[in-house]
Amino acid sequence: MSRSPYITNAPSVSTIMLKVLLALVPGIFAYAWIYGGGILVTITLATITALAAEAALLKIRQRPIKPHLLDLSAVVTAWLLALALPPLAPWWLIVVGTLFAIVIAKQLYGGLGYNPFNPAMVGYAVLLISFPLIMTKWPAPLVLAQTKLSFLDQLSFIFNQALPNNIQVDAITSATPLDYLKTHLKLNQSLSEISQAPIFGVYGAKGGEMVTGAYLLGGLYLMQQRIISWHLPTAFLGALSAIALVFYVADPEYFASPLFHLTSGASLLCAFFIITDPVSGPTTPRGKLYFAAGVGVLTYLIRVYGGYPDGVAFAVLIMNMCVPLIDAHTQPRVFGHEK
Amino acid sequence: MNAILNFFKPKRGVHPPEHKAESTQLPIAKLAMPQKLVLPLRQHIGNMPKVLVSVGEHVLKGQLLATPECTVSAAIHAPTSGTILSISDAIIPHPSGLPDKCITLIPDGKDQWTNLSLVDWRSAPKEALIASLCTSGIVGLGGATFPTHIKLRSSGKSSIQTLVVNAAECEPYITCDDMLMREHADEIIQGIEIAQYLLGAEKSVIGIEDNKPIAKQAMQTAIAGKPISVVTVPTQYPSGDARQLIHLVSGIEIPHDKRATEMGVQVFNVATVRALYRYFTFGEPAINRVVTVTGNVAQPQNFEVLFGTPLPALIQAAGGAKPDTTHFIMGGPMMGFDLPSTEVPITKATNCIIAASPHLFAPPPPAMPCIRCARCAEACPIQLQPQELYWFAKSDAFEKARDYKLFDCIECGVCTYVCPSNIPLVQYFRYAKSEVIAADKAKEAADLARERNEFRLARIEREKQERAQKHAERALGTKAEAAKAASASGYVAKEANTAEAPSSSTSDEEAAKAAKQAAIAAAIERAKAAKAAAAATGLAPKNTTPANPAVEQEIAEIDARRKNVGLENSKEAPITADAEKQAKIAAAIARAKAMKAATEAAKNGEK
Repeated sequence: MSRSPYITNAPSVSTIMLKVLLALVPGIFAYAWIYGGGILVTITLATITALAAEAALLKIRQRPIKPHLLDLSAVVTAWLLALALPPLAPWWLIVVGTLFAIVIAKQLYGGLGYNPFNPAMVGYAVLLISFPLIMTKWPAPLVLAQTKLSFLDQLSFIFNQALPNNIQVDAITSATPLDYLKTHLKLNQSLSEISQAPIFGVYGAKGGEMVTGAYLLGGLYLMQQRIISWHLPTAFLGALSAIALVFYVADPEYFASPLFHLTSGASLLCAFFIITDPVSGPTTPRGKLYFAAGVGVLTYLIRVYGGYPDGVAFAVLIMNMCVPLIDAHTQPRVFGHEK
Repeated sequence: MNAILNFFKPKRGVHPPEHKAESTQLPIAKLAMPQKLVLPLRQHIGNMPKVLVSVGEHVLKGQLLATPECTVSAAIHAPTSGTILSISDAIIPHPSGLPDKCITLIPDGKDQWTNLSLVDWRSAPKEALIASLCTSGIVGLGGATFPTHIKLRSSGKSSIQTLVVNAAECEPYITCDDMLMREHADEIIQGIEIAQYLLGAEKSVIGIEDNKPIAKQAMQTAIAGKPISVVTVPTQYPSGDARQLIHLVSGIEIPHDKRATEMGVQVFNVATVRALYRYFTFGEPAINRVVTVTGNVAQPQNFEVLFGTPLPALIQAAGGAKPDTTHFIMGGPMMGFDLPSTEVPITKATNCIIAASPHLFAPPPPAMPCIRCARCAEACPIQLQPQELYWFAKSDAFEKARDYKLFDCIECGVCTYVCPSNIPLVQYFRYAKSEVIAADKAKEAADLARERNEFRLARIEREKQERAQKHAERALGTKAEAAKAASASGYVAKEANTAEAPSSSTSDEEAAKAAKQAAIAAAIERAKAAKAAAAATGLAPKNTTPANPAVEQEIAEIDARRKNVGLENSKEAPITADAEKQAKIAAAIARAKAMKAATEAAKNGEK
């Protein structure tokens, strides 16, 4: 049998993952700018945990360790999870989430390429269900915080949950806009009243809008590099905007605008970095559209009617379950075949 | 705006580094006469031709050495004058590395032509031209090596509107068609005219990749007002695949289950139409071709090479292979294969020889798991889903692979080329295809055998019943006569044959019994005869020795069943594995009857 082709020209898996990490850098900077340097600690901790867990599991599973650590897929998972967690999450929360993502969601399913669910979202969902209180307690953006924590203070908070003597936890945390919106709508306040709260920016969360913009920048880079296809972000953002628009038009005093949904929570991170995970997503162009649109609609419904402020993680996991079905029913027309 | 649109358009195929400049610096050179020529008899798709010469015979250049035995075959001619040294197995340039029958010719150096018979293509009837082509030895020189006379003959069955001339030469490194067009554009154009005439095609379109501007210019000049057009296609591998090229130049997408000819299109390679020109203008049969020698050689170049030329002579002509050369590749880097030996001859299929070195073709890094990035699916010219096919091929789920159109794969290698995980996808597909084909063949053979056996058993059963019927009728006749006699004479024939007439009763019951006994007797006789026949031929009767107690037990059970269904008469027949088969037939008949009854019942129910 022939060995051809003798030539190849493809970026390696490592290169692809490295570019994804690179694309996350602007988002991380914006994040650190808004919430302080604590995120860098979170990312570092998650990365170390992910690599250690990956190496240990590869050893137990008797797989080559070096090539799989160097493929950087564990690092991508770690970074995505870290960016989804509250900026001042305690160290053990980060470790538990990362371990769950790498050990259970990835390696126990067979490692790179075999996980049916997005590992970072599995880790996030597990934490959200297990520790809802910590997971929904976000620090106020630095611009709004009554008391600003220094980097060292943040470090100490992450590892010891200790604050300088004169500061109370409530002074540095606040609800996220999605959370605030949900709580206050239940108190029968109208949207125009709610959006007067200081945590709201022009469209979404104050400060959060900037992070969103940075993710968009990274996402466009990945599209330009052909690391991700346009189908996923377009369909996700389109579906989320469309469903939000329908509700918004129906009752603008109760339902937030599409722009609010686009710029709040993990929308942009999801659009460019989470649903674009190739392993747990569909492979056909049409399937990508359906999958991403499904995530968009589910995200909205969970945000509006679900028990949690943001619905990205659950929406992604639910749609992950549908991937085999989507792929099977969206096979493109083969050359020379009828539709 | 175009850039934006292109961004959203899937990019089918790939554009690897071309490496065509190296071998187009020098014109096509004629290779010096080699010491010997080794001519494989099978240089084409189809059957081996019949050898017409014998060892020691002196032959002239262009003389027919082997003639096609049946339609799908091609002739072999002497590329030069000389003596036949041997007709025996030798290594041929084929991926399998297996030897095949070859004629070895030692040139006498005179290069003396035989008397070439020339048919005037403008006046002779087409049938005569096609018949004459049968012994021209011309086959598709693009690499497929399908006998050309068949492709031209097919025009009789379906009308061809368009002749597509494949000048895409999309594989990197290969430049033989490019150089041929640059230097012999007029011959190609005249060849196209001949092919178009033979096919009865209305128009001819030359499809040429946009990386060959000189060749394109030469072709356009040579066309000079003739009804032939040149269509430039983007340099994007694999545009030279016949179906891809047809789609590119005419917009016609050939359905997967149809041939191009059924859609009114026929495709010829430029080198093939040039060979047609040479044959119909000078009577020259296929004895040489242009071969690109490139890669890790001192001076890459194209050569006009006689078929049968040993590879070393060709490599030497290109300045020799550089020291770090590891092996030679026949064809291009995308679809070519490693030559099994350096001693193989150049054949009709050899369009390019690439000297390979680790520097040129680095071994791929170890494969990583598939991350389902679908780059392969995006690049696949057929729009297959290689990532799914890979999964099925890997887990031997061949039926699933077939469902996902495995057999539409043209093995162009684009999927492997773009895979970030370095998975040799196309090899998996070649493997899966060969497995499916093997399984299909085995199944076909088994089905045929079973069908034959069932038919045979049914026939035996039918004959047996017919015989029994005859016996019964005869017995009934005897009985009636006996009864008549008895009633006439008034006494019972007690001394009569016990088998024939145990009592004086004339009832049908008796007749049936007699018939049964007759059948038994016949069966015993048959068994004896069979035994005797077997003994006479010195063969032990097959399937008569029970292999083990388990088998005996099974036979006993079958016998019991047989009794139940009322087949005990045949007990005297050789009870063996045959008995089992018969029991099965009985069961099948019963099933069929039951089914018939059921359908009838159902029909009645419907009514």
